[in-house]
Parts: sequence; C-alpha cells; structure tokens
Amino acid sequence: MENITVKINGAEISVPKGTTVLEAAHMAGIEIPTLCYMKEINEIGACRICVTEVNEGRGFRLVAACVYPCSPNMEILTSSPKVIESRKKTLELILSTHDRKCLSCVRSGNCELQKLCRDYGVEDASKYDGVNNVYEVDNTAAHMYRDNNKCILCRRCVAVCAKTQGIGVIGANERGFQTYIGSAFDMGLGETSCVSCGQCIAVCPVGALSEKDFTKDVMAAIADPEKTVLVQTAPAVRAGLGECFGNPIGTNAEGKMVAALRRLGFDKVFDTDFSADLTIMEEANEFIERVQNGGKLPMITSCSPGWVKFCEHYYPDLLDHLSTCKSPQQMFGATAKTYYAQKMGIDPKNIVMVSIMPCTAKKFEIGRPDQSAAGVPDVDFALTTRELGRMIERAGINFNALPEEKFDDPLGISTGAGVIFGATGGVMEAALRTAVHTLTGETVTDLPEVRGTKDIKEATYKVGDLDVNVLVTSGLANARKVLDSIRDGSCNAQFIEIMACPGGCVNGGGQPQVAMGIRNFVDIREERAKVLYNLDKSMPLRQSHNNPAIKQVYEEFFEKPGSHKAHEVLHTSYVKRSVN
Amino acid sequence: MNSAKSTVPFKGTPEQEAQLLAVIAEKKDTQGALMPILQKAQEIYGYLPIEVQKIISDNTGIPLEKIYGVVTFYAQFSLYPKGEYTISVCLGTACYVKGSGDIYNKLQEKLGIAGGECTPDGKFSLEACRCIGACGLAPVLTVNEDVYGRLTVDDVEKILNKYTA
Repeated sequence: MENITVKINGAEISVPKGTTVLEAAHMAGIEIPTLCYMKEINEIGACRICVTEVNEGRGFRLVAACVYPCSPNMEILTSSPKVIESRKKTLELILSTHDRKCLSCVRSGNCELQKLCRDYGVEDASKYDGVNNVYEVDNTAAHMYRDNNKCILCRRCVAVCAKTQGIGVIGANERGFQTYIGSAFDMGLGETSCVSCGQCIAVCPVGALSEKDFTKDVMAAIADPEKTVLVQTAPAVRAGLGECFGNPIGTNAEGKMVAALRRLGFDKVFDTDFSADLTIMEEANEFIERVQNGGKLPMITSCSPGWVKFCEHYYPDLLDHLSTCKSPQQMFGATAKTYYAQKMGIDPKNIVMVSIMPCTAKKFEIGRPDQSAAGVPDVDFALTTRELGRMIERAGINFNALPEEKFDDPLGISTGAGVIFGATGGVMEAALRTAVHTLTGETVTDLPEVRGTKDIKEATYKVGDLDVNVLVTSGLANARKVLDSIRDGSCNAQFIEIMACPGGCVNGGGQPQVAMGIRNFVDIREERAKVLYNLDKSMPLRQSHNNPAIKQVYEEFFEKPGSHKAHEVLHTSYVKRSVN
Repeated sequence: MNSAKSTVPFKGTPEQEAQLLAVIAEKKDTQGALMPILQKAQEIYGYLPIEVQKIISDNTGIPLEKIYGVVTFYAQFSLYPKGEYTISVCLGTACYVKGSGDIYNKLQEKLGIAGGECTPDGKFSLEACRCIGACGLAPVLTVNEDVYGRLTVDDVEKILNKYTA
C-alpha cells in the first residue's frame, strides 16, 4: 500500500494512505481523546473532543481527528494551546447538560468523561449552566437502567444496537436541545424487542446505562442463616474480572475469584463450567438424535439468552431449530436445586442460587417461564462480572493479594470443554469433542477451524460415515445473515452455534467496561479468549463426557442424556414474541 | 420525555393501507427511501401514528425507532391527526405580551392535551402559530376560519362551548 509522510508535533512519520489523524497519532505513540468514535461502528465525528490542529498548506485549523484522513506532508499538532482550549470548552459544554452526580455514580472511577475532565483540568463544571431537560430513569427492562440525565448523546449505544447487533430499538428522538436517546413512541426498553444483550452498557462512556444491581440482595441472602447460598461462575468471568482490579486485559483471575467469593461468604463456590459440560452431554445427544431420527436441522445452540430472545422476536418461525437445552446457568441452578439439594438434604426453597455472569441477558433469563425445575426459580440472582467486582471492592478484599483457590466439589469439577464455552466457537468445539466420541469412539481435542473472531466460521468434519457441516457466528447482525440463509434454504450446516455478543461471552454485555480509546486499538475478544483456550490446554480432562462429576450425576440422578428426568430438569421451551 | 402516544383511536382504512403498501413497494429499494415514504404516508393518512409507522417498519425492515427518530426530528411530520376544529393560538410578540400564553395554557388544560395533539374524540386539535396579521385584536386565536380577538382567559370556555354544543 502507498505510504505518505506526515509531521506530528514536529516529528516525521510515514503512514499508509487513508490513515486518519487519530490513527497516525496512535502510531506515533500519542493517544488523542475520543468520546463518540468507535472504529468502523460509529465514525460520526460528532463530539468534537478529538479536535486536532492540522496544516495542509493553508495554515493551521481544527479538524476531527477520528474521521479526518492524513494528506501528504500534513503538519499535525495534537496538544497545542488552541487544541487544549477547544477540548476543554467541549467538556464544559457537555457538563452543562450533564447530571454531575459523580460521587454516587456507578461509573465513578472508570467514566470516560470524568477522566477527560481531570486530564484537561476542567475547574468549573458549572461554567455554562442553564436550562436543562430532566428525564425519568427508564427501569422497565429486566436487566438495565437508562438515565438520560447522564447521557452525553455520543450515540455509541445506538450504533452498537443497530449495526453490531442488527436490532435498533434505541435511537435519537426529537432534535436540537430536545434530543434524547430512547425508543419508538417513548416505549420503555422493556416494552421493545430489546434482547437484553447489554452491548449498549458495555460501550457507554458514562453512567447513563447500567445493569440492574442486585448485589445488596445477594449480601442480604448471605447474611440470612436460614439460607444456603450457592454461587456459580461462568467461564468468561475469570477472563474479565481481573480488569476490575487493574490487571491487564487477558488476565486469568480464576483462583483469586474463587478465593474472593469464599471470603464474601458464599456457602459453596461452584463453577458454571460443570454445567457447561452437562449442557454438552445433553446437546451433543440431542444433535445426534436429530440427525439419526430426522429431527429439525440445522440445530442451533441455546446457551446465549440474548440470542434466544432475538430468535423469539425476530425469527420466531425458526424456533424449532433451537436446541431445547437450558443454558448452562439454568442447568446449574436446576441441578443444584434438585440433585444437589436431595443429596445434601436441603429444602430447595432454602437454597439461594447466585450466578456470576459476563452477561446482562442472564438477568432476563432467570425470569423466563419453564425455568423452575424444583418448583422454585432455578437461579435467584444473576450478577454481572462488574457487580462482582463492586462487591469485592466494597467488602475491602484486596483482590490482587488473594491466594489462588479451587472450586468446591462436586459441582465445581469441570473439563477444558466447559471452560471454552466463554469464547465464540467454544460450544461447537466442546459439543463436537463429545459427539465424535459418542459416534465413533475417537478422541478429539483441538478444532482450530471454529476458533477466532471471524464473523462467520464454517467447517466440515468427517464423523464416521457422516460429513458434519458446522457453522459458528457471534454478534446478532452476523446471526441475521445466517438465519436468512436458513430461511431461503441456502444454509447447508447441520449444527450452528450462535452467541449474541461479538466474540462470545468474553465480550459479553456484563463484562468490565474498557475505555473506547483502548478498544479501538486492542481486540479485547481475542485477549480474553486466550485465557480460556490456555486454561483448556492446561486441564487434564478436555472432554465433557470424561468429567467424573458428570458421570456421577447421570449415574445417581439423570440416568442418561436425553432421559425423561433430564428433559424435566434440563430442557426448556420458547415463546414467540413481537417486534417493537 | 414527551408522551407521544396518540390519544386518538386509529381509523385507517384498507384502501389507505393498500395505497401505502404500493408506495413502499415502489420506493423501498432506493437509497434514502424513508423520507419520501413518510411524506406519502402523511399525505395518505394526514398524520403518522404508530400503526402507520409499524406498517412502514414491517415492510421496509427499517427499525421502528429509526422511523420514529426521523418523524420526531422534522417539524413537517405529525404524530397526531387534525381535529374537526383546529384551534390555533397566536404566540407572536404582540399577542404574547397581551397574554396569549395564558390562553394557550388554559386551552391545554381544558382540552387535556398538549400543543400539537388532538383530543381523543377527534373534535379539537390545538396548535400555536406566529403572527396572523391581526395584532390590533391581540391576543388572537382562530378556530378553523373563525377569528376571535381581544381575549381573556375567561373567554376560552365560551369559545369551546360554541363548538361542543
């Protein structure tokens, strides 16, 4: 590719033609601040915080660095007095309509606006105070709040909802000073066909969007001597939680996470990886049955509650393709409140099942119908990775100084197949490891074809005499393409994995927020997924069917995959929903 | 947040829907089709309630929120039908200093609707306008073609009674 030379703060640098001023500065080791900009998703140059002086031969002027392309011999000044003054004024103007309740804001400490105000020395937050709109907080959705009083109208949430997820239930309404982000006809988010994926929360730079916080309820349950409080942690949580305590993206926090949960007072610290293995037993069996008995194909995974809700709203005609397996979260709760309760002699009513999830849709999932195997909800509270981070902080636990501890038995025993559930392609790989063994007796481990962050991955595996075509995708805009191909008959896959969030659960809507200035240049999906694949590689057992705790639970309780009992406890049903 | 839910029952006919569907079919594959479709839809129905926006959303694949965002951005589009009688209160300078703001507020209170809306029975719609060239009569309002001037807040009820009797 053709290169051009530009001068950044006096130093020459050669960059590929088409590089933006923002990218060129990044290459030169200078980070220009951004608020609205999301690479390839929200390139609207609207917030003006990235303004930078450039001279293309006609004197210096301010341009939006995020979208302005470099030209040959361009001179760029990234922090001249004029630039700093302009950025500071922009911040003061944003603050003039911002609800500045930083002390009690969930984002205090990792708010992008707060950090910029500190960086640019904004001394007077009320400099341009005047008339303000006052908005009611939208609490209609099961999983989140929208507080427009804190919204800075960057539209990152709008872009991720419409483009990455192909949904578009939120957008800018009205115009000018009256503009606000909301839904059609001012419906509450809970009335729309929002799928609860939480990607909007993950990209919000401020505290306008946040998950519904249930940490207080969980701490109250722990304090109640009548209750046995069990906790399960999803695979991806261990790949994200460390970031809440200043560790680099891609830190494995499993051991310290277990130690922290124990110190928070949970009676047993279990692992959703166990029920991921259980899911594989049921799902691989279901797939083989469908293939052998002419069932509905392609079969599509059902672990991701955001994806399931998406299918119910937007592709209700394809619900028969969904596996009837509950998600690992729900299988865990169902097993804990039936098998484990019976084994330990505890009344399931006295079990409080808490899950720690990288996901906000899990908060919706626990309230779904047909998710109460023991006559009480399978799971009582679904917390995000972020909520767990806050609980640990609030308890004064010095996370980084904790020892590495192990999960409790028996529902903390798992295999490498369970842990890779948290990355896109992981469920497919885990299912194939077991399905191939069931059909041919062969041992399969690594399946690199279904790994990685490519939008749509396809592979064909020879299993005995069968050619099995599989397809893996994540991000719901990608899922749309796959589902449309099922509708028009052009899809030749028999088994499909779909995860609502791009890259799978490691990049879930409940994971720690990473500032967009970092996300624009680092692929957090890959960094976090590496943690899980490394764990898989390091485990002695890497196939779900080899998990001794799984063997035991079938021997003692479920009998065999797909049994009547398994269907009662571990499988579920779906409902058709409308589009709003 | 303004409540933008229509208070007037939707009375669209199958003929109107067929007309709208024909417009959508003709335009939907062209770039920037939404604006011309919305303009035609407003011509057909007179306004753009949720029922109409849903037809457009379902048949173009454009999310309802995106359509609503455009409709609320442009003053030219209305979410409410016009009533049998359109009450237009002048909020121009002369009328305003003579108290037309209070009259406008009184009408909103009496009719139970905000400016730009229509009463649920379809009888009255209320809007603000700027100078109608009758400053000598300030404050002024019109009900369809009828002009009322030199008003006080107490006149509001009498005027409304003329049209409800």
